Amino acid sequence: MNSSITISKLKSQKLTAGFLTTAMALFLLALFLFSLTIGAVELSVSEISSILLDRLGFTNQNFTAVQSVVLMDIRLPRLIFTILIGTALGVSGAALQGIFRNPLVEPGIIGVSSGAALGAFVVILGLTSFIGEIPDSLKVWLLPPFAFLGGVLATFMTLRLGNYQGKVRVTILILAGVAISALANAIIGLGIYYADNQQLRTFTFWTLGDLSAGTWQKIGIITIPIVASTLILTRMAKSLNAIALGESEAFHSGVNVEKVKRTIVFLSALCVGVAVSFSGIIGFVGLVIPHIIRMAFSSDHRIVIPLSALGGAALLILADLFARTVVAPSELPIGVVTAALGTPFFIYLLTVAKRKNLI
Amino acid sequence: MLQANNISYQIGSKSILRNCTIRLKPKTFTAIVGPNGAGKSTLLKAITNEVKLRNGSITVNGRASSALDSKALSRIRAVMPQHTNINFPFSIEQIIEIGRFPHHTSPVENEEIIEKVIEKTRLQSYRGRTYQTLSGGEKQRVQLARIMAQVWDKSPHPKYLLLDEPTSDLDILHQHALLGTARELMSDNLGVLAVLHDLNLAAQYADYLVFMKNGEIVKQGETREVFTKENIETTFNHPVQMLEDPTTGQTIVVSIPNHMHLEPQKEIRYA
Repeated sequence: MNSSITISKLKSQKLTAGFLTTAMALFLLALFLFSLTIGAVELSVSEISSILLDRLGFTNQNFTAVQSVVLMDIRLPRLIFTILIGTALGVSGAALQGIFRNPLVEPGIIGVSSGAALGAFVVILGLTSFIGEIPDSLKVWLLPPFAFLGGVLATFMTLRLGNYQGKVRVTILILAGVAISALANAIIGLGIYYADNQQLRTFTFWTLGDLSAGTWQKIGIITIPIVASTLILTRMAKSLNAIALGESEAFHSGVNVEKVKRTIVFLSALCVGVAVSFSGIIGFVGLVIPHIIRMAFSSDHRIVIPLSALGGAALLILADLFARTVVAPSELPIGVVTAALGTPFFIYLLTVAKRKNLI
Repeated sequence: MLQANNISYQIGSKSILRNCTIRLKPKTFTAIVGPNGAGKSTLLKAITNEVKLRNGSITVNGRASSALDSKALSRIRAVMPQHTNINFPFSIEQIIEIGRFPHHTSPVENEEIIEKVIEKTRLQSYRGRTYQTLSGGEKQRVQLARIMAQVWDKSPHPKYLLLDEPTSDLDILHQHALLGTARELMSDNLGVLAVLHDLNLAAQYADYLVFMKNGEIVKQGETREVFTKENIETTFNHPVQMLEDPTTGQTIVVSIPNHMHLEPQKEIRYA
């Protein structure tokens, strides 16, 4: 092979990661704009831009007051909220699968989802039982911190159990995650036994996820942890490629494996904990998105991590669009839709990958 | 020089390595041989900072290896594992590229180095293949290419290749191809250490032999001096014959099966 071919191949490879990320970002943007126009109140892209320009001080009245309220107070915050949650789930799923070298891993494996569910359950059931009825307006603000605390606490316990002589042992960590999740679920189960119908209903809907609660205030709280974690996780892509060979191989390739492991578990717990605490549990995105990216493009984490972040957001926008239009004016629970939409596509990809001997 | 000075290692109260001293020089192929459980792979792990020593020290080119971080160490020495299985579909180029991660060379230079090691390991026809679809021997070649890419640069020098039973899965063709490539790489800038199971392969490729037994180094020296009936029999607790290969003139070892034992044997009883 001559070297000019080599160099052109290299350039095309280097371009791939940047190109794919840009393409996915543009796709996400298009999806975002499209989704903004869909709903009970009609909004065109030009009306949307007029409203935004108006807010920025350029007065032009090409829209009604209702349209402005619907865009600024309902659709825009909901969609931005959706993008952030989808990013958190997608990126942490990709990073955790990478660090555990296991394609079956999803963010719940480190106990964060079950811990968060227990935290939410404490607010919905426990507090009402002990303190008396809590008004819904207060409950909305109590749920996220409790869920976050539960999620982080469960992850912390999992990590402590998985620790041996200063090293995180992955098999023990996964088993510890299973044990901690089982414990959390047992406590929830016990609570369900004593819960009344209203409490059960509230809790069940929380576990199915809800994106309609997205407000500017909540976006303000979740943006920094999710965006910062995503950016840091993206920088770990090379280390994750080396870790795919095995931990000692990665160490001999110059990777500080323990540091990478701890950072990824911590950032994933932070990301997912923050996301789940405001949106409820939305399954499947974290598991399926990294697989779709790997099968469609490459296993190179320099592609998988950023594209899983963007892809998670895109998948969640699609699912949300479906959830709020198919039974309008009512809504389907988002967790049901992600699973129902994602599964057939995932099974299709699995059969293709099986034939090509990719997994 | 990569040097282990009087190192010991134990798990709980069980002693795995006792007072081992070993020196790796550039332009030298050193082989560690010994029975199963003698501590050969552990010695390799100890030399490469993978396990915490009870006492003793490792120095790399005159500096204590404990003072170097994994990145600095990985620029000096590369380690080839026994088996490497990957759960995600990576191409062979992506695997080999991992060898370039510790270095600050440009992507263009890296790509050229990857190209060269692919040629050296005769992997040209495997370009673009997924690692998981390769056979055991092909996977080992890709791993060799990866660690070659890791020690490709001139500085810092000298560098060391450490191979942990690299030939255990390979047929004779691929055994010789792999060890031959490792020998070709040896230079004033590079030394090789391999844990080998096959005594004859060890004698054919190594300049220097280290015999291990029960966590201790029982004998080490130039191959032509220490590759003897006596050393092999005491290390392995098994009778052998030394013969001369009529074509190469090299000494080869033949182990004697228990049922053909020349000395009178105890009757084997089955309970």
